[in-house]
Amino acid sequence: MAKTATPLRVMLAKVGLDGHDRGVKIVARWLRDAGMDVIYTGLHRTPEQVVEAAVQEDVDVLGVSLLSGAHMSIFPRLVDLLAAYEDLDVVLLAGGVIPDEDVDALKGMGVDGVLGQDSTPEEIVGTVRQLAGERHARAYG
Amino acid sequence: MTIAGTTTGDRLVDRVLRGDHAAVARMLSRVESGTDGVHLQLARLYDSGRRAHVVGVTGASGSGKSSLVAALAQTYRRRDRTVGVLAVDPSSPFSGGSVLGDRIRMGDLAGDGGVFIRSMATRGALGGLARTTVDAVTVLEAAGKDVVIVETVGVGQDEVDIAGASHTTVLVSVPGLGDAVQAIKAGIMEIADIHVVNKADREGADAVVAELREMLRHARYRRPADWRIPIQTTVAITGDGVDEFADAIEAHREWLSESDALARRERDMAASRLRNIVTGLVLEKLDDPATGDPFEKLVDRVARRQIDPFTAANQLLERTLS
Ligand SMILES: Nc1nc2c(ncn2[C@@H]2O[C@H](COP(=O)(O)OP(=O)(O)OP(=O)(O)O)[C@@H](O)[C@H]2O)c(=O)[nH]1
Ligand SMILES: [Mg+2]
Repeated sequence: MAKTATPLRVMLAKVGLDGHDRGVKIVARWLRDAGMDVIYTGLHRTPEQVVEAAVQEDVDVLGVSLLSGAHMSIFPRLVDLLAAYEDLDVVLLAGGVIPDEDVDALKGMGVDGVLGQDSTPEEIVGTVRQLAGERHARAYG
Repeated sequence: MTIAGTTTGDRLVDRVLRGDHAAVARMLSRVESGTDGVHLQLARLYDSGRRAHVVGVTGASGSGKSSLVAALAQTYRRRDRTVGVLAVDPSSPFSGGSVLGDRIRMGDLAGDGGVFIRSMATRGALGGLARTTVDAVTVLEAAGKDVVIVETVGVGQDEVDIAGASHTTVLVSVPGLGDAVQAIKAGIMEIADIHVVNKADREGADAVVAELREMLRHARYRRPADWRIPIQTTVAITGDGVDEFADAIEAHREWLSESDALARRERDMAASRLRNIVTGLVLEKLDDPATGDPFEKLVDRVARRQIDPFTAANQLLERTLS
């Protein structure tokens, strides 16, 4: 079978209580328009559900958007759950409302990038491309 | 393919056969991208001899296919059957990317090791499935899933590939799409083994049932005389009618295996599959730069009218077969 170049694969997830996904849906379209496959999980997922879905979908990037302020407890949980899968090495991105002072702490605990609410489409697409390329080649190569 | 590549692939196949979901996921990625050696791995999975009943779910965009697939999968789980789901959504013809949203409706299936769900983009394929969906079915059945449910893209009229890929094909209609039966054209109507009228909580469901019944009575296309195509009504978001729907699928499965229909159906499925694989291999050879791009050269000559397209096509075919 001929090797075909496959699109980067991104999962966007909403975890926890906040019920707003307009922002996530806009980001999904930006990524699609940049040629990526985007899987959206829907609202109110638990970290366990999101990680299970990311495993089944073998995504290159898992972007989790939080507006609720619960990021300092949810991201460590996601990092732990992802670590249980040996060769998954999915790129974990945080989005939504993340105060500047928490960014370094998140990165310290294993979040690969933080894209706040005011990120431009170029920043988001660029960050995903830059962080995901190698992982994609490993999984889909 | 390197020796290292072979052993990695073999180990992955072993893990798939043990039902390891992370391995199933990675195998599906390799199937989708056509990684070196993937045909050999698929052959091993195919030779495992494990079989699933493949249920195709098709119907207009927004008719509730994903919601119904989720409810059906839950019903199967209550009956102790393991389930694989392949959910196909269209790729954008402009960017090649996609937003795959079927999973949104399947959240209730999370946390159950007996269910595996994978989203697939069509990437230009026009028949309502992705090019590799049938191979993905092979992976899921080799992983031990008892039932594999395939959700097609939202269809209009020509997207009938699902019929060549499933044992039981389900067509979902809904009230409120204007003239429901007219909205879905004949080609699609003819592939249904079971009709579902979903959103039966909405006004007009009875009328859709009546319309379908009328249509089936006057159908000009031939159906096996002894399978009466049932019309089920469901409310996918509450689960109403889904048990009966699952029973209807079971009845169809039994009918298939008690007659020679199963053998015929599987022969049709094998024929579609073999035809697709051969087409793929031929097209791949045409694109192979090692052959000196005879395709591109002949395209130039056809465009300049130095050769007619029929002779050119025959020349290409002879080259790829030699
Ligand atoms: N009232 C009512 N709404 C339903 C029912 N089933 C699904 N829906 C709603 O219909 C909408 C579309 O449902 P989906 O399951 O996504 O439909 P789909 O056919 O998979 O859509 P595509 O994959 O985009 O073609 C959602 O808002 C569902 O909640 C039902 O039985 N009754
Ligand atoms: Mg759907």
